[in-house]
Amino acid sequence: MTSREKILSAVKTNQPELATLPDVDFLLQEDIDVPEKFIASLTTIGGQVIMVEDHDAIKAFIAENFKHPSRKITTVSELVDVAEYIEDNSANPHSLENVDYAIIQADLAIAENGAIWVSEDKIRTRVLPFITQHLAVIVRREDIVPTMHQAYNKIGSNDYGFATFIAGPSKTADIEQSLVLGAHGARSMTVFLIN
Amino acid sequence: MSEIQNTTNHADLAEVFNNDEARVDWHDETLWWIRSKRDVAVNKISNWEVLRETASQIKHNVLSNLNNYLQQFEGNAIANGIIVHWAADATEHNQIVLSILRKHSIGQMVKSKSMLTEECHLNDFLEVNGINVIDSDLGERIVQLAKEMPSHIVLPCIHKKKEEIGELFHQHLGTPAGNADPQFLTETARQHLRDTFLTRRAALTGVNFAIAETGEFVVCTNEGNADMGAHLADVHIASMGIEKIIPERKHLGVFLRLLTRSATGQPITTYSSHFKRPNKGKEMHIIIVDNGRSIQLGREDFRNSLKCIRCGACMNTCPVYRRSGGHSYHNAISGPIGSILAPNLDMEKYADLPFASTLCGSCTNVCPVKIDIHQQLYKWRQVIVKNGYVPAAKTASMKIMDWTLSSPTAYHTAGKAGRLVLKYAPFMVNNKLNPWYKHRDMPEPPKESFGEWYKKNRK
Repeated sequence: MTSREKILSAVKTNQPELATLPDVDFLLQEDIDVPEKFIASLTTIGGQVIMVEDHDAIKAFIAENFKHPSRKITTVSELVDVAEYIEDNSANPHSLENVDYAIIQADLAIAENGAIWVSEDKIRTRVLPFITQHLAVIVRREDIVPTMHQAYNKIGSNDYGFATFIAGPSKTADIEQSLVLGAHGARSMTVFLIN
Repeated sequence: MSEIQNTTNHADLAEVFNNDEARVDWHDETLWWIRSKRDVAVNKISNWEVLRETASQIKHNVLSNLNNYLQQFEGNAIANGIIVHWAADATEHNQIVLSILRKHSIGQMVKSKSMLTEECHLNDFLEVNGINVIDSDLGERIVQLAKEMPSHIVLPCIHKKKEEIGELFHQHLGTPAGNADPQFLTETARQHLRDTFLTRRAALTGVNFAIAETGEFVVCTNEGNADMGAHLADVHIASMGIEKIIPERKHLGVFLRLLTRSATGQPITTYSSHFKRPNKGKEMHIIIVDNGRSIQLGREDFRNSLKCIRCGACMNTCPVYRRSGGHSYHNAISGPIGSILAPNLDMEKYADLPFASTLCGSCTNVCPVKIDIHQQLYKWRQVIVKNGYVPAAKTASMKIMDWTLSSPTAYHTAGKAGRLVLKYAPFMVNNKLNPWYKHRDMPEPPKESFGEWYKKNRK
């Protein structure tokens, strides 16, 4: 008998009588003030939110704040003239080791915890939002949902090879519980919230 | 039996930890502070109790249908292009990891947090076989440099002072002696590990949740180390216990809301990464590990322990854990949850752990999936005694107690003798031979027993 057969047979013998799977759709009812809560949540976990009207405002902010000399990468076609544009997933992940700023577009964002959701087609190269020194994410106001339940409801059965929630800058408190931002991932997270 | 007396046990190891009272206080207060942060986060969620109950029921369904879910997960993962392996025990798990690395002629691997690999003692095994492993979670890297086990499942080096960490970094990473600034030390680790991430061809991660419906798995970190390792390597190996399965993607909403609020009081980890398919040209492996879990599944009183999502809330709240330190549990998973998981693996070796509790029930109250932890601790005690694994001193005193309580004459004589001793010769019991006295005084003896009072007053 293979280990697979051994394990499956032991599990089958030992598992209790079938218990029903509870409904979770009732949890979709939660109602909170979405954009305000998102801003508060993200700020609490070390991110910053910049309110903008359009992509031109984002470009102006980048020019003003994401200073040279630096390598900027974007996966957002509207920003092609202010950063290196990656349009597909052909880049070697190691070639991104010196990226200072990555600007990406979120699929959705969550009010209760300040997280944004991006799937592979929005980041092109999986390692991009992690290896960059600083991360900037464009979020449209209408893409913010109240809680994780509505987030998964929107994600539904979408297909992706990789996708992730990102909530604020990378952090650790492993040394005597002192919070330090910039562990292994991005040192900062800026959200451009488009009205 | 005599062997138990001689090997490490929780009480002896806790005594070592308790030699430094100031450190015990600091450890106690640090963990209680994290517990308090948990409370603040939890109180912001109006339907927290509903979430806990829902999570517990989902896990109940998982355990009752695990045979099917595991096969469903396997089928979907394979369809997604992931290579699936099954390991009956720790040895087989370690062999599988080694064979994957050997196949690719890889001699160095970067690893993110996986308590399962701690349970399997993977690092030691790989080292013996010539593979260099670097732990990339900061806390895990620190205990690895110190050649220790993690003392907490979420906060691996919570027992260490920053000065000790500064000294470790000075010795191993060449930082200036005496620098113990957390910001500086973290930046040093970032630079040192960035080079590791960029040069390793294999990365191993744990698994927080595996979705039967889609064949994907989710890995949660705050540091981003799992993603840095996995996305830069050619080969990603993910190790998971059979109990990590959840039925559908939407159930993640429930568990991800509970996990980090319970663990550290954060609303969610910085990264919750969903791995579904390997990147083109890369390999992704999943090792599904039993290592005693299917046996625990068959123990009706203890199977709920398999609902655990490894948040560590039971440790942070436990008055015994906070004052005895994680290493006193001499097991990869410490604290209350470790004490109900460990005896399943080796009842004799871990016979002491279910006794390392006051049964106050605080662990049960904070558990996000409603595991009846303190009741299981109490039940394990009975199983351990029935199987004869109770420490010899406890057996002897229990036998005397049994004889005393079953004979009215002996009971009355013993009661009188006890009251006389406490009245006239308290040093007879208030001494080092009586373990009860260690941190307490014996109570004031009553002048007479209820029996004596009743005899005098019933007329």
